[in-house]
Amino acid sequence: MHYIHSNDIIQPTLGKMVVDAPYVAEYRKPGQFIILRIDECGERMPLTISDADKTKGTITLFYQIVGTTTKKLAGMKAGERVKDIVGPLGHPTEVEKYGTVVCIGGGIGIAPLYPISKGMKEAGNKVINILGARAGNLFILEDEMSRIGDDNIVCTDDGSRGKKGFVTDMLRDVMAAEQVDLVVAIGPVPMMKAVSMQTKEKGIKTYVSLNSVMIDGTGMCGGCRVTVGGETKFTCVDGPEFDGHLVDFDNLGSRLKTYHVEEKESYTTYNHKCKLDGAVGDEC
Amino acid sequence: MNAKTPRQKMPEQRPEDRKRNFDEVPLGYTPEVAVVEAGRCLQCKKPLCVEGCPVSINIPGFIKEIAEKNFIGAIKVIKESSSLPAVCGRVCPQESQCEAKCILGKKFEPVAIGKLEGFVADYEREVEHLPAPVPGVKKDKKVAIIGSGPAGLTVAGELANAGYSVTVFEALHTPGGVLVYGIPEFRLPKKIVTYEIDALAALGVEFVINRIVGLSESLGDIMKRFDAAFVATGAGLPSFLNIPGEELQGVYSANEYLTRVNLMKAYKFPEYDTPVIRGNSMAVFGAGNVAMDSARTAVRLGCDEVHLIYRRSRDEMPARAEESHHAEEEGVIFDLLTNPVRLLGDENGRLCGVECVKMELGEPDDSGRRRPVEIKGSEFIIKIDAAIVAIGNGSNPILQKTAPDLKCNKWGNIIADETTMKTSVKGVFAGGDIVTGAATVIEAMGAGRKAAKGMIDYLESGSW
Repeated sequence: MHYIHSNDIIQPTLGKMVVDAPYVAEYRKPGQFIILRIDECGERMPLTISDADKTKGTITLFYQIVGTTTKKLAGMKAGERVKDIVGPLGHPTEVEKYGTVVCIGGGIGIAPLYPISKGMKEAGNKVINILGARAGNLFILEDEMSRIGDDNIVCTDDGSRGKKGFVTDMLRDVMAAEQVDLVVAIGPVPMMKAVSMQTKEKGIKTYVSLNSVMIDGTGMCGGCRVTVGGETKFTCVDGPEFDGHLVDFDNLGSRLKTYHVEEKESYTTYNHKCKLDGAVGDEC
Repeated sequence: MNAKTPRQKMPEQRPEDRKRNFDEVPLGYTPEVAVVEAGRCLQCKKPLCVEGCPVSINIPGFIKEIAEKNFIGAIKVIKESSSLPAVCGRVCPQESQCEAKCILGKKFEPVAIGKLEGFVADYEREVEHLPAPVPGVKKDKKVAIIGSGPAGLTVAGELANAGYSVTVFEALHTPGGVLVYGIPEFRLPKKIVTYEIDALAALGVEFVINRIVGLSESLGDIMKRFDAAFVATGAGLPSFLNIPGEELQGVYSANEYLTRVNLMKAYKFPEYDTPVIRGNSMAVFGAGNVAMDSARTAVRLGCDEVHLIYRRSRDEMPARAEESHHAEEEGVIFDLLTNPVRLLGDENGRLCGVECVKMELGEPDDSGRRRPVEIKGSEFIIKIDAAIVAIGNGSNPILQKTAPDLKCNKWGNIIADETTMKTSVKGVFAGGDIVTGAATVIEAMGAGRKAAKGMIDYLESGSW
């Protein structure tokens, strides 16, 4: 069981949790993730690790509140406990000195990008952060990221904060102005796809981090399989980072929709149960 | 003793009933029936059945106790050789092991050894508990077991009994390995596995769940803290067909499908949060026990039409006869001599059909089985909305990746001595599917017993 130190709803659909996971805190590296299970009835949900405190033995997780599990998670209070956390999982990011690294984060993708950006800076790279969101009130870790970057560009779809436009517009300008050696892009599938197409033309190496349907996280079930360069890869053990120029994003997007119907059913049942019980009990 | 008494039938749930529930199919012998069945045993002086058992249970010995109505005495005899009788009584392929060797089988039907084993194990669990075993004199040595499937649990039990301090590392959130994530409730109720794990915990075995050795901590790190280790990480790397369309929504490996249903209890969705596709028409590729488990699970989840698609004929099906018989009784359609060519998807990327080709048997291949050959022009399409690929597993590579000194064969299986189960690394033993490739529960347990002996010898003598 994992003691929750804090759990704040920082935006209407975004939560931030600091939770005990000493083993993960000890070993985690940028780019890695955990799988969490809230309670006995819970599903196993992969979440990227945004930050960790080795001394306190805690990790920081951001989660988008989109379905039953994340809504349950949002309802948990400091002092309560999460049943299972396993990790750190997946390959760490290959942090080394590349030269100029552009770190692009879209929405909640900024959470896993944060340790990578930090690592890249510490490895001696010039780091340019491009952070995008639909609207100005949907940013996370903006201050933290701005302390890391040699240059920090913020943009919104509606122009309500920073520049108006997509991250791809910002990237285009950066690439026009200077030599870029590596791009790391984490965010919604269409964003990562667009960025990868853009950098492929210029021949700039690009890492993307994929968040696919997953269960065990050990390569045992194959549910997280993605097509990369025409080959089947497992996100949990071969990823989560892949060469963005080789990922079949359309297939990834499609597979993420596998349980749309079931997810709605689950969510409706959950909300109904909440109304009946007033609150959800300890068990499930 | 009356050899002419017919083999006692196991009462079962009727197919039309069990198709709609996840309860166990066999209902179990009553004590009276068990005694009658035990009475059939000839008590051979040189019992061949024992030779057929990978863990050499004293079979005539425990059957004699049953015949004399001493059920607790019978379980004591079994426990001398097997730590998981309730499991083995259910999932062992007795028809190709102990029962295949039974002399009675030459003229009549063999003694129902497996069913008797299951009966006494259930009796012990539900009616009259054995007193908890007293561990041997506490020893000042620590042993790590990596993987809590049948091989790992066997070693854990033996070493804890011998007085060693035992820690079991399990990657998932529940110990038991394939017994928990792979074998369905209707074939192996999970309460049986829980009972066995609780017994080990009572013996002092420590279970560390949610820990994947080889990712952060390597085997080498583990060996700094322990005097010996047993690696039993299993055959957890699903094989796929490598045909077009396997990336579509609705295509599962058997591991994923069964893990969703068994470990994550998707059959209780939405009470449990993990979903699984409950198709109207599904295909299972393969014809082993895992394929049967998958097909029978699909039936129970309400799928109207479950096709089991296999490229060879019935004679070559690797599943136990009992499993394929149960599957057919429950309405699984066997499409034999049929091979999937490609999977078809709709405009949303969702599986909607499988194109198959008919096969005929040609000359024998390397396995000695007749090679299936495509019949040209026989292609046809079956409409399906989910598919399960159940054609086997490779070895899971995670632990080996960070253990460069641990020698493996070309398939990634750890190389271990056949008698002692020693690996190429001092103090490290291995057994079960990670050594042999995908095999049976009892073979894994057999390897566990050998390893336990090898480990005790090593820990006592210190010589490798």
